[in-house]
Formats: sequence, C-alpha cells, structure tokens
Amino acid sequence: MHRRFSRSPGSASLVEGPRGRRDGFVSPGSGSLRASVALPLLAVGLLFASACTEPAPGPSREEEPPAQVSGEDGARAAGLRAYETVYEVLTHPRCMNCHPTGDRPLQHDDSRPHDMNVQRGPDDRGRTGMRCVACHQQTNNDLAHRPPGSSTWRLAPAEQAFQDRSPRQLAAQLLDPAKSHMNVDELIEHVRDDALVGWGWEPGPGRRPVPVSRDDFVAAFRAWSEAGNPIPAEEAQ
Amino acid sequence: MKLQVNGSEHVLPEGIDPRTPLLWVLRDLVGLTGTKFGCGAALCGACTVHVADEATRSCVLPIGEVGERPVTTIEGLDPEGEHPLQRAWVELGVSQCGFCQAGQIMSAACLLREIPQPSDDDIDAALGGNICRCGTYTRIRAAIHSAAEAAAKEGDK
Repeated sequence: MHRRFSRSPGSASLVEGPRGRRDGFVSPGSGSLRASVALPLLAVGLLFASACTEPAPGPSREEEPPAQVSGEDGARAAGLRAYETVYEVLTHPRCMNCHPTGDRPLQHDDSRPHDMNVQRGPDDRGRTGMRCVACHQQTNNDLAHRPPGSSTWRLAPAEQAFQDRSPRQLAAQLLDPAKSHMNVDELIEHVRDDALVGWGWEPGPGRRPVPVSRDDFVAAFRAWSEAGNPIPAEEAQ
Repeated sequence: MKLQVNGSEHVLPEGIDPRTPLLWVLRDLVGLTGTKFGCGAALCGACTVHVADEATRSCVLPIGEVGERPVTTIEGLDPEGEHPLQRAWVELGVSQCGFCQAGQIMSAACLLREIPQPSDDDIDAALGGNICRCGTYTRIRAAIHSAAEAAAKEGDK
C-alpha cells in the first residue's frame, strides 16, 4: 500500500530492544555502530510493529537528535524522524480509510473498499439515498460490527488522499495549501482538535485505534514543523 | 422524550433508554410495523426510513439522537399508498417475498425527491445498501424509472 522510508542513522528507537541485548541493539552513545546494525533490522521491526493487532499507545517518540550530527543537518534529521510518526498515523486505516484515492471510502483494518457501493458524492458525504449519515450516526455504536459514528462523519476531499502516497508525496501534499487548504499551523490545530480526527483514537469495538497517542502525534507534527518541514528523499524504501 | 412520526407527535415512555434504536420505537411503541428488522447492523436496508428527508437505517439510530427531526416511515410516504413508487411497485409486481420492499421504496423515494429522473448509476448508488435476497433488483430499477416517468407526467398536468 505504501512504502516506508529509511530512518536517519541512530534513530532506531521504535524497534530498539532492551539495552545490551544480543540482537545487535546497543545503548545510546554509539550512534554509528547502532546505525550500522539497526538499519538492516529496521524493516523487520517495522513489519512486526505493523502486524500487531492490538497495539497500545506506545511511549513518547520524541527522540534526541543524532549525537554525531549537528546544526542544520541535525535539525533536518530530527524533523524527518518526527515526520515518520506523522506518516505512520496518517496512513493508518483509521485515518486513511476516509482519505482514499478515488471515490470509494475504505473500511476495516485491511482498508478494503466500502461495502454497498458507497461512493463519495459531490460533497464528500455520499450520494443521494446513500449518504454517510444513513448509517453513521453521531456516536459509535457500542456493539461490534455496527457502523461507527462521529458528529462530522464524511470523506476528506479527494485532493487530500492519503492512500498510495509515498512519504515524500504525502509530505509535499500536506505542505501544498492548494491541496491541504491549511497552513502548517492550521494543520497542527486540525489534528489536535478536530472531532473526526480524534475518532481515530476511539474507534469503537472491533477496530484498531491509531497506535501512536494523539499527544505524541501532535508533538511529532509540531516537531516536523519546527524543523522546517523537511521532505523525505524519494525512494527511500 | 417526543418523536415526530408521519406528521404526528408521539410521547415516549419516561425513562426510555436513549440508546434504543429508532426501529424498536417505531415498531414496538408507535405501532408502525411496515418498517422491517433485517439485520440490526445497517447492513441490509430493510429498516430504512426518512429522518429529516434523509434515508436512514433506523436499526442503528439511537432514539436519543433523533431529536426534533421528523421521521417518515413507509406508512407516511403517502396516506393512501398512492405514491408513484408504490403504484409502480404494484403495476410491475416488484415484490417477491416483500420483506425488503419498504426499505427499497423509502430509499427510492429519497432518490426521486432529489433526482427526479435518475440514471441506472444513480439508482445503483442510492439503493446499493438495500439488499433483496429474492433478487428483484431489475424490477426495482424498472419500477423506479416507471415512477419517475409517471411523476413527470403528473407534474406536466
């Protein structure tokens, strides 16, 4: 669906095991060594993390800049690490399912096209006779397998699709006011305060919540902004 | 708590659980049994009614969220059962077992109100969530087109 990009050297904390383990992860303070052994394992670690079905909100992901990189490069590296968290959240099914490419909403944890031929419609709230509010009410239904709800249930505009966007493409899209319709400060306010965004952390029974806490997500968004919103290089795999 | 249904006001029992689905209230308290229980999970469309003119699955709408919005059921679509859709349904013999048909007609009525001459694509989009296990879909589509034509002719008079 989407590709992850490589982390900067010394930024393996998302998959880092206990200090001193024999799996190659070592304690902070040896950045180059850590990078050399951590990066080959990073993909495995991220795959494992994405496969977890019931992840609890994790610890804070704010990280120290790499010890051996300073100044402008260090700020950029820190910004890219923060953006990685932003990307992880935005491409999670709870966010991406209502930011699809095309005119069909997605649903479930595997982001399949919405049942019942549900379509975007002219105002992103469904077509006549099959509006979002036909089934999605003001609040979640407390029984499993029922439609979730929120006071502003709708699709994001087509130009704000998250599906099938690489990290670079999504970053550029977020920073393009013609597509996001917001500046960065407004984006941060949106992800911090919007009720429908908040639903991603309280999706009701039977759905995985966003695995990063909302506070950490907002902090990452802000850190990315404070670093000048660096955009990842294309094709980091 | 009060409920506006088909132009009449109904006072609901004191202490009613606001999570009670509208469908339960319509059938068991108001006594309007034309709206059917199919799945209870907004998956089949048999329970479709209009809430403030929007086609809505009454099985998943908590009564506490209805508020003052007027509700229309199949019984209220036309007092005499003479809505163009109802006439077309009879003329073309759409129904087979009939269980889903109230929901089908309510979704179709919402469609015709906003798109008086719908295309097949409009119909498929509007009624994609109304399931008919008898497979009457082609007759449903034909009846909607027939009702649209009839309504247009009546409008010309």
